[in-house]
Amino acid sequence: MAPHDRLTTLLDKPTAATPPDVPSVLAVDGLTIAYGGTQVVHGVDLAVGRGQSLALIGESGSGKSTIARALLRLLPDGGRAQGRALFEGVDVLALPERRFRPLRGRSIGFVPQDPGASLNPVRTIGAQGLEAAALLDLDSKAERREAVLETLAQVGLDEPRRVAASYPHELSGGMLQRVLIGLAVLPRPALLVADEPTSALDVTIQKRILDLLSDLQADLGNSLLLITHDLAIAAERADSLVVLKDGTVHESGATSEVFAAPSSAYARRLHADVPSLNPDRYADLRDVGERRRHGVDATPARIEVAGLTKTFGRGDDALVAVDDVSFSVPAGTTHALVGESGSGKTTTIRLLVGLETPDSGSVEVAGAAVHQHDRAELREARRHLQLVYQNPFTSLDPLWKVERLVREPLDRYGVGSRAERRDRVREAVASVGLSEELLTRRPAALSGGQRQRVAIARALVLQPDVLVLDEPTSALDVSVQADIVQLLLRLQAERGLTYLFVSHDLALVRQLTHTVSVMRHGKVVESGPVAEVFAAPEHDYTRTLLASVPRGAER
Amino acid sequence: MTLTSISAGGEAAPPPAPATDAGGGPQRRGTRLGPSRARGILARLRPSVLLSFGVVAVVLAWSVAPSLFTSYDPAVGVTADFFQPPSATHWFGTDHLGRDVYARVVHGTASSVTSALVAVAIGLLVGGFVGLVAGFLGGLVDVVLARFIDVLLAIPSFLLAVVVVSALGFETINAAIATGVSAVAVFARVMRAEVLRTRSSVFVEAAAVLGANRWQVLTRHVLPNASRSVLQLAVLQFGLSILVIAGLAFLGYGDPPPASDWGLLISVGKDYPLAPWLVYAPAIVTVATVLSVNRISRWLRTTD
Repeated sequence: MAPHDRLTTLLDKPTAATPPDVPSVLAVDGLTIAYGGTQVVHGVDLAVGRGQSLALIGESGSGKSTIARALLRLLPDGGRAQGRALFEGVDVLALPERRFRPLRGRSIGFVPQDPGASLNPVRTIGAQGLEAAALLDLDSKAERREAVLETLAQVGLDEPRRVAASYPHELSGGMLQRVLIGLAVLPRPALLVADEPTSALDVTIQKRILDLLSDLQADLGNSLLLITHDLAIAAERADSLVVLKDGTVHESGATSEVFAAPSSAYARRLHADVPSLNPDRYADLRDVGERRRHGVDATPARIEVAGLTKTFGRGDDALVAVDDVSFSVPAGTTHALVGESGSGKTTTIRLLVGLETPDSGSVEVAGAAVHQHDRAELREARRHLQLVYQNPFTSLDPLWKVERLVREPLDRYGVGSRAERRDRVREAVASVGLSEELLTRRPAALSGGQRQRVAIARALVLQPDVLVLDEPTSALDVSVQADIVQLLLRLQAERGLTYLFVSHDLALVRQLTHTVSVMRHGKVVESGPVAEVFAAPEHDYTRTLLASVPRGAER
Repeated sequence: MTLTSISAGGEAAPPPAPATDAGGGPQRRGTRLGPSRARGILARLRPSVLLSFGVVAVVLAWSVAPSLFTSYDPAVGVTADFFQPPSATHWFGTDHLGRDVYARVVHGTASSVTSALVAVAIGLLVGGFVGLVAGFLGGLVDVVLARFIDVLLAIPSFLLAVVVVSALGFETINAAIATGVSAVAVFARVMRAEVLRTRSSVFVEAAAVLGANRWQVLTRHVLPNASRSVLQLAVLQFGLSILVIAGLAFLGYGDPPPASDWGLLISVGKDYPLAPWLVYAPAIVTVATVLSVNRISRWLRTTD
């Protein structure tokens, strides 16, 4: 990747034209932002040096995206920003819109969060690139087209001509994010604002995109304002950090200082919540399961998967989604399925819970085969086998209240009397650490972490032996993720639950699980105890995955 | 959202849109949702929405108890007082037989409103059922029903209503049935789209994993979630039905005089160009009602 040598001299670096007496590209002073009457950002100061990078870190709701939008003057109606934000010595907040417009895109570039939703689906990449190229002072259309192709090559897209002729749906998420980064750097902005540029991408793609941003920064000399919730990414990629919580700066300074010795309590907690930095954080809870795997407490296998194969489509279009996958999970332990999107891990668990029928192979849970031709038997098997979905924002019926959501499995299986059911709902809700007052709320009135707790409570209320967890924390913040992980481990230690944990986050797998299967193109390429696989990976793909985990130690 | 504590259920609720990535939300902490939500809806009631509700309330009151609103008899007039312009004694004036037009409008309301309700009920029940079956069963059933809906949609609804009422006979109730039949396709189309959308959501699949059978999934998850936009459509269709039925009555497809449907009043009034209030009064009432209903429907769409 990254054919940077293709960069020709058609475009200048921005450094030449700027006055030398301005030390920072961006200097924000006492930035306060309010929506309606509610103040959400309280007097934030930050400065981005020329050619430097600054990471703005915080969880959802901390106001980090709001700050980015305020700097780009893209606040929604009702949002008001006060304070000073000097960009190249000019206060962008005080400028009239007419005079700010030439800056947006041309001098301040923006890379959005979700590449899938940020490009016009009915126009080709090339056509949208020409729009960005129109910001350049190039005379002819041919020159502009040349500039677009050059940039596409520069962001590591191998066939720029083919990409330029494609529509967004024909490209993968990683390629789209490259395109967006290319469009953002095309006018050679002095400052690039990247709002969680990798949160929708796989780890290996994430690493490549972050590498690309770093390389471009070195090549083009632009400054970078990186917005992220992941301290490890921030520490790995930025020169200085600003830690934000509830719209207030909790800590700021050079990365080496803030990262090595966080002084504020909040920054310390953020540090502790990053799985890759604290692989043994939950060692005590995890060891309970480890003892069940071998030695005197050894338990028999609770999940047995043998030769599982599933093909979608027919003939030439046939796609082998799952190819001869086998693994077994001892009772009371956690097995991880690891791989990128498209590796077949989600199909495997859909086969496991009987949502799909395999072409061949078998799945046994607690000694009973899941795939019977009898609906009633499948229903009975699912009683001991529950699934927690990836995204708690879509897996709960928006019209139902928490109590009814959690009670649903009991109602369906006709468990106990009304009063017993009510007690079990309360017990399940309490066991996931939610207070009873939330029982009367609808999902819309809950945070992401609370929703995922409700989903877990709903899966637990039938008292199953096996929980299948499909990336249960990927839609959540790092700090909320830490809560959920701790909750899962505690429940496992207390109740001897068996987990099948699907994830692309190897650091999380290291923290939480006991055995692992690494999947690629539907096949298991490597498997074994987590400690062994991670210490001595045998397959190249496993090594790539491991190398992609941000550790925050590069600088 | 403020994540001040991570202990037992400490995460606070997300603030209302658009400040999704912004603090706020302290006022929602620990409070029950009901009162605050009701207050929010009241605060968002624009004057035009309040006015619309007022108009609809008056129209409904006219149709339930017309005699409370006027002391005149709609069918019998004082012939000497014919063609009197609007005044304090006769708010909407009098017609060629000296009948009070206001009384005729008020007494005609029941028939106009009821027939619109009948039309909406037919469209909602039949169309909703067809859409539900098509969307939920899918496959061949869906193909057949969806094409049938397409054919219905291709026929102009007013024309279809005229054809149906011609076949059934010239009566107001038949006009209502005809209007309902012509609305079936719209309801079916919306219901089918909503069912398809809901059926593919993750929470519906989750319900199946949690042990729900198809019937339970349909009645407890799919139908409630799909019916929201269909109910909004029903309100909109109520206004439209008033118009269509008035149009049919105007053309003489409804009950004959002395019935006083709004469309019929306009139709009779147009024969007396020197007494324009005979047209204006019922027409303004019809237009105000339809506009109000449409405003309420739009308001329903923006609230949840």
